[in-house]
Amino acid sequence: MQRYLIITFFMFSAMLFAKVVLSAEITRGAMLSNSCAACHGTDGRSPGEIPSINGKSAEFLSQALHDFREGKRPATVMGRHASGYTDEEIELIADYFSSRP
Amino acid sequence: MNRFDRRKFLKLLGISAAPVSVAGFLSSCSKGTSARVVIVGGGFGGATCAKYLLRFDSSLQITLVEPSEKYMTCPFSNMVIGDMQTLGSISHDYSAQKERGVQVIHAKVQAVDAMVRMVALDNGKVIHYDRLVLSPGIDFRWEAVEGMNAPDAEIIPHAWRAGRQSTILREQLKSMDDGGVVIVAPPENPYRCPPGPYERVSLIAHYLKQHKPKSKVLVLDAKDKFSKQALFQQGWDELYPGMVEWVSGSKGGRIDEVDVATRTLYTESGDKHKADVVNLIPPQKSGEVAVTSGFSNEDGWCPVDQRTFESEMHKDVYVIGDASIAGKMPKSGFAANSQGKVCAAAIVSSLRGVEMPDPSYVNTCYSLLSPEYGISVAAVYRYDKDRGIYKTGGGVSPVVADDAYRLQEARYARGWYDSITMDAFG
Repeated sequence: MQRYLIITFFMFSAMLFAKVVLSAEITRGAMLSNSCAACHGTDGRSPGEIPSINGKSAEFLSQALHDFREGKRPATVMGRHASGYTDEEIELIADYFSSRP
Repeated sequence: MNRFDRRKFLKLLGISAAPVSVAGFLSSCSKGTSARVVIVGGGFGGATCAKYLLRFDSSLQITLVEPSEKYMTCPFSNMVIGDMQTLGSISHDYSAQKERGVQVIHAKVQAVDAMVRMVALDNGKVIHYDRLVLSPGIDFRWEAVEGMNAPDAEIIPHAWRAGRQSTILREQLKSMDDGGVVIVAPPENPYRCPPGPYERVSLIAHYLKQHKPKSKVLVLDAKDKFSKQALFQQGWDELYPGMVEWVSGSKGGRIDEVDVATRTLYTESGDKHKADVVNLIPPQKSGEVAVTSGFSNEDGWCPVDQRTFESEMHKDVYVIGDASIAGKMPKSGFAANSQGKVCAAAIVSSLRGVEMPDPSYVNTCYSLLSPEYGISVAAVYRYDKDRGIYKTGGGVSPVVADDAYRLQEARYARGWYDSITMDAFG
């Protein structure tokens, strides 16, 4: 009985942990970044032609978005998208996708 | 451990043996609320909202009510009409939603009673909710089309909801003789997918150029200007010279009356156009349930708080997608996807009693002028108490661009489709 209790306790703890991990936080970064998923895939993991952006370094993503916005990096639609974000918002988006596995 | 022991064990933890309570105990520990959210409509808005609600709070009990077992997307349905893709390639089922724990009910909603928080289905079931999301898409204002009713769409298809209607139009094009005339008649604003009719004109012309090159496409428009107009007209001249003629609303494009049997359109200007194939896209309003249950205004669209998409008519009911009035955002699958995520965040925040961070919305509409020629319009939106949803950036594809640029946008159009359908239905 006692052994079963311990096992059950660990199972409960594992389930709790899983739930906490599964729930994504509603942060400013998430509010800005979730809309990127329509083209770049959920969490930035693209299944098709559009580049994935998950797990890239925040420095790289931030630099790319700044360069798109300033027209320094060749683009089709990204220059137009980047024009809609402030420096601070670009940092939040870069941090968000760099932390996606 | 026998049943008795298990009960004793659970009692020890201070909870009952009922599995529901175990779930409740677990979720309360992980800040879950276990609230019941019912979503009506499984398109881009509803499907996305269901997925993101569970991402934000995995304890929620989500029910998605959608009549169809397979959802066929309007995006890329013009490729089906142009006989370049099958209906299967634009069909998505709800297996991923079911796997993540969404209860999917294939039924039609008969009525919503927001006072008692209840949704009545046509299968006799009644569902109770704590929060309701309506994402019913569009319906047609047949009363605004003289001489035509809903059943006439078998003869003059609108093909503005993908599926059987798309194949009716495709088959009519395929059985038309070379040298025939196809009329596409886009409606007045606002309507679902502003550049959609013009992509359709392009892909019909693409089909005709290959199979029936003496044929013509006549566009009788209710409007005097349209989305990405300069780009479309430039593309038509370049790709389909002499095949496409566009008539603006004030110069004879507005249709007064339809004679269904002879496929003849009478315009306000007194002209008469008889065609071999007619694609009349009727004026629109919110999907039926939003109108009949009292969530729309006198124009047939649903006013919402554009920060959260909560209905202005009833507390705890949210309206997203084409049916909603969303400030500067167009009625598009992309917009519905973007709104579905904000709405999910708003619902979870309200259930937790916390303030949601400011929303950010995006829309991009890709249009194909041929399978290798794409154009786009993109915008980023924010919300302001006085201005509602307004644009902070964006723009359209350049008028001057080389073939490689158009090809790249056509590829990105497909890439976008793969991503957004995975984001919503995957």
